Amino acid sequence: MNSDKNNIIDEVTQGEYKYGFVTDIEMEMAPMGLNEDTIRFISKKKNEPDFLLEFRLKAFRYWKTMKMPRWAHLKIPEINFQDIIYYAAPKKKKELEGLDKVDPELLETFNKLGISLEEQKRMTGVAVDAIIDSVSVKTTFQDTLAKHDIIFCSFTEAVQNHPELVKKYLGTIVPYTDNYFAALNSAVFSDGSFCYIPKGVRCPIELSTYFRINAAKTGQFERSLIIAEERSYVSYMEGCTAPMRDENQMHAAIVEIIVLDDAEVKYSTVQNWYPGDKKGKGGIYNFVTKRGICKGKNSKISWTQVETGSAITWKYPGCILKGDNSVGEFNSVAVTNNFQQADTGSKMIHIGKNTKSTIISKGISAGHSNNSYRGLVKISKKAENSRNFSQCDSLLLGDKCGAHTFPNINVKNKSSVVEHEATTSKISDDQLFYCNQRGIDTESAIGLIVNGYAREVLKKLPMEFAVEAQKLLQISLEGSVG
Amino acid sequence: MLLNIRNLHVSIQEKEIVKGLDLSVNNGEVHAIMGPNGTGKSTLAMAIAGKGDYTITQGEIIYKGKTINNMPPEDRAREGIFLGFQYPVEIPGVSIINFMRTAINEHREYKGLPPISALDFMEKMEEKKKLVEIQSKLTNRSVNEGFSGGEKKKNEIFQMAMLEPTLSILDETDSGLDIDALRVVANGINKLRTKENAFVIITHYQRLLEYIVPDFVHVLYDGRIVKSGGKRLAFELEEKGYDWIKNEQTK
Repeated sequence: MNSDKNNIIDEVTQGEYKYGFVTDIEMEMAPMGLNEDTIRFISKKKNEPDFLLEFRLKAFRYWKTMKMPRWAHLKIPEINFQDIIYYAAPKKKKELEGLDKVDPELLETFNKLGISLEEQKRMTGVAVDAIIDSVSVKTTFQDTLAKHDIIFCSFTEAVQNHPELVKKYLGTIVPYTDNYFAALNSAVFSDGSFCYIPKGVRCPIELSTYFRINAAKTGQFERSLIIAEERSYVSYMEGCTAPMRDENQMHAAIVEIIVLDDAEVKYSTVQNWYPGDKKGKGGIYNFVTKRGICKGKNSKISWTQVETGSAITWKYPGCILKGDNSVGEFNSVAVTNNFQQADTGSKMIHIGKNTKSTIISKGISAGHSNNSYRGLVKISKKAENSRNFSQCDSLLLGDKCGAHTFPNINVKNKSSVVEHEATTSKISDDQLFYCNQRGIDTESAIGLIVNGYAREVLKKLPMEFAVEAQKLLQISLEGSVG
Repeated sequence: MLLNIRNLHVSIQEKEIVKGLDLSVNNGEVHAIMGPNGTGKSTLAMAIAGKGDYTITQGEIIYKGKTINNMPPEDRAREGIFLGFQYPVEIPGVSIINFMRTAINEHREYKGLPPISALDFMEKMEEKKKLVEIQSKLTNRSVNEGFSGGEKKKNEIFQMAMLEPTLSILDETDSGLDIDALRVVANGINKLRTKENAFVIITHYQRLLEYIVPDFVHVLYDGRIVKSGGKRLAFELEEKGYDWIKNEQTK
């Protein structure tokens, strides 16, 4: 606890984005710009079967007919999609072309990020898929997982080794027609994680994917697919960082989750993409579509997210509660500081009987930032006796930031109950002085109060993530008061 | 001398509340400050603790030989000044345990000590909880959130016991307490009295002073100490009421 505490204080006083370094590594890239050739290039690079190329091209043609969505409470600058590199992969060095060999330069990059890819050095209980720019560089603990017939690999590998599963599920939850960024992702997605938990298997370790953007001028378009068969369980976590650059970089991901009878998936995110500098220059544009379906009865999906990074966040992880008695949960802490903008929330679509959903959203705004909650709770006619409880709290630090709530509730039957609670509060001078008077300086006091405010959500995170997330909240708000 | 206040003037939003106050407190002494509402008792307490919007326009607060007029409040706390608040604020989601451990470690870091071990901390908690007769489960709850008036005040005394200050200023700790809670709070304070540490007890009524016997009693009126005496002054005040002071002042 000793050095831990000191580290936090150091980090708070320095307050810089500490993942902002660039790894100098030879890259293989697609030519800049987006057209059918780009898509064919990516598909060929990945040696994809025809059905996938077709899927990409259809998505691309559809995307070209679409317009950038403008309904969110965000100021999104014009994005020139021809000014982005859609594929960037670290070049493999010749002598390293064994299966398990990873370029030491990349290992070092992940070490610097606090992610060791050497299994013996890792804390037990977490398997990692490490993705840099457009490709996965290593997935750990493959052997352990194979013993349980669990498939956990990069999306690219899944396409090669389990094309039937990919074909069966890809785009079934988030079709490419879903939205602008989903269409874009479906056209150019590069890599992501694939996870398949067979019937009756409780995944013995946490699965996690670590996303890193490294190359300049590139976009990251990852795609992940999680399938939990009957009576299975998995807890999955993702983390992400990027270098500090003056220009904005695009990140548009899709995550699809399919959960069958009596199965459960816990999905946790700590999103820490580069947020831009104190004046709002640079940062990642984060446009993400995450959705899961509780397809089977008594199934459960819970999304937990801690969002501290990105210049712009546009993200609404949702659950389609199709199976009777299925349960959806969304727990979110979203922090915006300086000139960051976030429009995030959840969609809960109740279709099955006796379905239940809970939305807990905690927004924290500081500096000149804007933080919006946007939610949709839809209870269909057939979804009798369904319930939703939503709680949206906003905490304001300072008087130049904004917090907004846009809840949509749509109930089509009379036996269901929907509750929505919302609060807005500020950290008061009296609270800060109370802490000061006990010997706690203002910076630590804010950290303490914010962590207390977010506790309900933080406690849902897996242990491995919780400590990291707490520190992150404090660092993200450095210099936000006073 | 532990605390020496000379000709102190304090304003809130340009309105002068404390108007030339002198007070000296030595180690081991208990001072009671009494007076009618709105005469500057709480303002004095806040000024000593260093709250930002309480501006010292004149005079000095000297603590342990150093002028602390410009010392940040957290450093005053770490130097051993504790304020028991009249209205303790709620801090949702922050457990008393977490709050106290953070505070103690900040104090220790200031003194160049390593953070307290989990075991030592728990032992200390148990010991101090007994001292102020607070229930075990209270410390698991968020700071002051949903506490009754009595629980809030007991929590202040508990925190005082944990932080072991040299100078404790207790601002109307007795207000809103029933007789049992009052006895518990007073017992706590009495047990914490040593030759080294001093108390400034701000109170409206003489009631608390039946349990805590002060060495000095001061009467604050219109931002100044207008009368000082021994413990008998408190009884006299109770008997004659504050009008006695008011009349004397307006004469």
